[in-house]
Amino acid sequence: MTTAKTLSEKLWDAHTVTSDENNDLLYIDLHLVHEVTSPQAFDGLRQAGRPVRRPDLTLLTEDHNIPTVDVDKPIADPVSRTQVETLRKNAEEFGLRIHKLGDLDQGIVHIIGPQLGLTQPGTTVVCGDSHTSTHGAFGALAFGIGTSEVEHVLATQTLPQRKPKTMAVNVNGDLPAGVTAKDVVLALIAKVGTGGGQGYVAEYRGSVIEGLSMEARMTICNMSIEWGAKAGIIAPDETTFEYLKGRPHAPQGADWDAAVEYWKTLRTDEGATFDVEVDLDAAELSPFVTWGTNPGQGVPLSASVPDPETFFDESSRTAAEKALEYMDLKAGTPMREIAVDTIFLGSCTNGRIEDLRAAADVIKGRKIADSVRMLVVPGSARVRLQAESEGLDVVFKEAGAEWRGAGCSMCLGMNPDQLAPGERSASTSNRNFEGRQGKGGRTHLVSPVVAAATAVTGTLTAPADLPDAG
Amino acid sequence: MEKFTSHTGTGLPLRRSNIDTDQIIPAVYLKRVSRTGFEDGLFAAWRQDPQFVLNLPQYKLATILITGPDFGTGSSREHAVWALQDYGFKVVIGSRFGDIFSNNSGNAGLLLAKVSHEDVEQLWKIVENHPETEITVDLEARSITASDGFTTSFTIDDYTRWRLLEGLDNIGLTLRAEDKIAAYEANRPSYKPTTIPVQTGS
Ligand code: SF4
Repeated sequence: MTTAKTLSEKLWDAHTVTSDENNDLLYIDLHLVHEVTSPQAFDGLRQAGRPVRRPDLTLLTEDHNIPTVDVDKPIADPVSRTQVETLRKNAEEFGLRIHKLGDLDQGIVHIIGPQLGLTQPGTTVVCGDSHTSTHGAFGALAFGIGTSEVEHVLATQTLPQRKPKTMAVNVNGDLPAGVTAKDVVLALIAKVGTGGGQGYVAEYRGSVIEGLSMEARMTICNMSIEWGAKAGIIAPDETTFEYLKGRPHAPQGADWDAAVEYWKTLRTDEGATFDVEVDLDAAELSPFVTWGTNPGQGVPLSASVPDPETFFDESSRTAAEKALEYMDLKAGTPMREIAVDTIFLGSCTNGRIEDLRAAADVIKGRKIADSVRMLVVPGSARVRLQAESEGLDVVFKEAGAEWRGAGCSMCLGMNPDQLAPGERSASTSNRNFEGRQGKGGRTHLVSPVVAAATAVTGTLTAPADLPDAG
Repeated sequence: MEKFTSHTGTGLPLRRSNIDTDQIIPAVYLKRVSRTGFEDGLFAAWRQDPQFVLNLPQYKLATILITGPDFGTGSSREHAVWALQDYGFKVVIGSRFGDIFSNNSGNAGLLLAKVSHEDVEQLWKIVENHPETEITVDLEARSITASDGFTTSFTIDDYTRWRLLEGLDNIGLTLRAEDKIAAYEANRPSYKPTTIPVQTGS
């Protein structure tokens, strides 16, 4: 009798090259690399005289440090420029494919893998970036690694890993109108806490997940790391195959058929048990926003800033007090009354075409408030082109928003797009940590449609709250 | 990697929980392409407050960081480990650590000693009342002993412990199984993707 396995266990076992009592040596199908976490890894290879074992399973791009305007000019900040140039030199020296700023296939590392059809069901994907969990949306085992591990994968195409525990996150029920994938994951994190997934691979299941588009599934898997999970994964289905078909690196002809046949086996077996199960009732969800400085500090938009006194344990209470101080918020303030200065629509969480379409839908025919600026940053050069071919750029520009080039942009304070100290944003990115979007900046995490509605009113707002909402 | 058997030093009490790696080292400090010099970025935002514990003279020479739960969550940046090491920390004592941060620490040679939160509270009190207290973290015995008599044991997985004790480089170890990797690769199905450029149109 074969034992029933969960999806992540199947993938784990299928990629185990050797194992001993401590670790399994996992084979890596796809290694994505960007400029920030790789220079010291390439240096390590050079010092040891080691080549890259599988250049044909490695892909480099530039995303974190780059500007999103004037992309044809040299990068102004000399330190950022050096880092990007170092990546280019390493690509050349080690013979690796790279998509540079200005390339059609350049973009945020987690947007371009799926877009090229490189992220496929049944593969293992790693990158020196915690949001590698995004790729799990395809039924891939995908997780972020550190620079020593980047070097290890470059040299060996494998990684020694301890087998994680498994968790099911069941999202069933009917998602109310106006509630998006971002709201689902923000509500989940508020429920389980930022450490709730530590040591687990989380499989998102249930009717709500099955009904989501690939873009929406990626949004959810993307934020797996924000509640500590090693990876998030969703079983591939027709939606997945449909998304992949015809992509540049999708299998073709007989290979396509063989692949689909295999992909269809990638489901958790009947009778397999998870170490832990978490249930989320979709019917209870509503647009969700964060008030604090970690992604678990969130509430429904219709609620108010919580009172730290209402937290049971001392460390949550202290954390809430510190967060409110940093965020300059008072307990009891309705979330809807919080005025923001900047709206950021973009990032590997919500910088895909569907996100831009949803936001454009809200903003179309309206103007952004005089008190705010709005940055719209497509996740990749191709997303940008696609949006332009649909006229979305015009919608945003006519509303008064800035239409930018592709990159991480204001998701993190590493490139020129940053919040000023004390500035407050509504952001579709994934982290509201202190200083994440620029020193002293204050971040409220929101979905793309809430971002768009907030741009119109200047205070945190859902599309349904807009006066002439249809 | 240097061998790690045991370390004796003084402790620094960091009374916070949920310290993400963006706090340990903010993104602007990640632009360097070298492997050293990250100490200036360590807790850079918090260090601007003269009362922040890292700025207190009694903890200037501390080499053991004692922290609240969920230390090192968030971003994968190994720079967080390097910043701690470059600043002079050899050991971090805490009750829970972020996954990627844990792996990075093991790979870079920073010892994470996992204890109960009650032990953390005890150690905080000890070093707050007597910053000069010497603490010994013995990896061989998996024990923490303070000069005032406090003692406890910590957990660490066997593999990381062994590698730290031996000072072994992971890559070298893995390459011992090179033939097995090659055998695995030989059986990789043809429908699996490669990054060899294909015509992507324009
Ligand atoms: S968009 Fe943000 S979270 Fe995503 S890879 Fe870039 S910096 Fe990281």
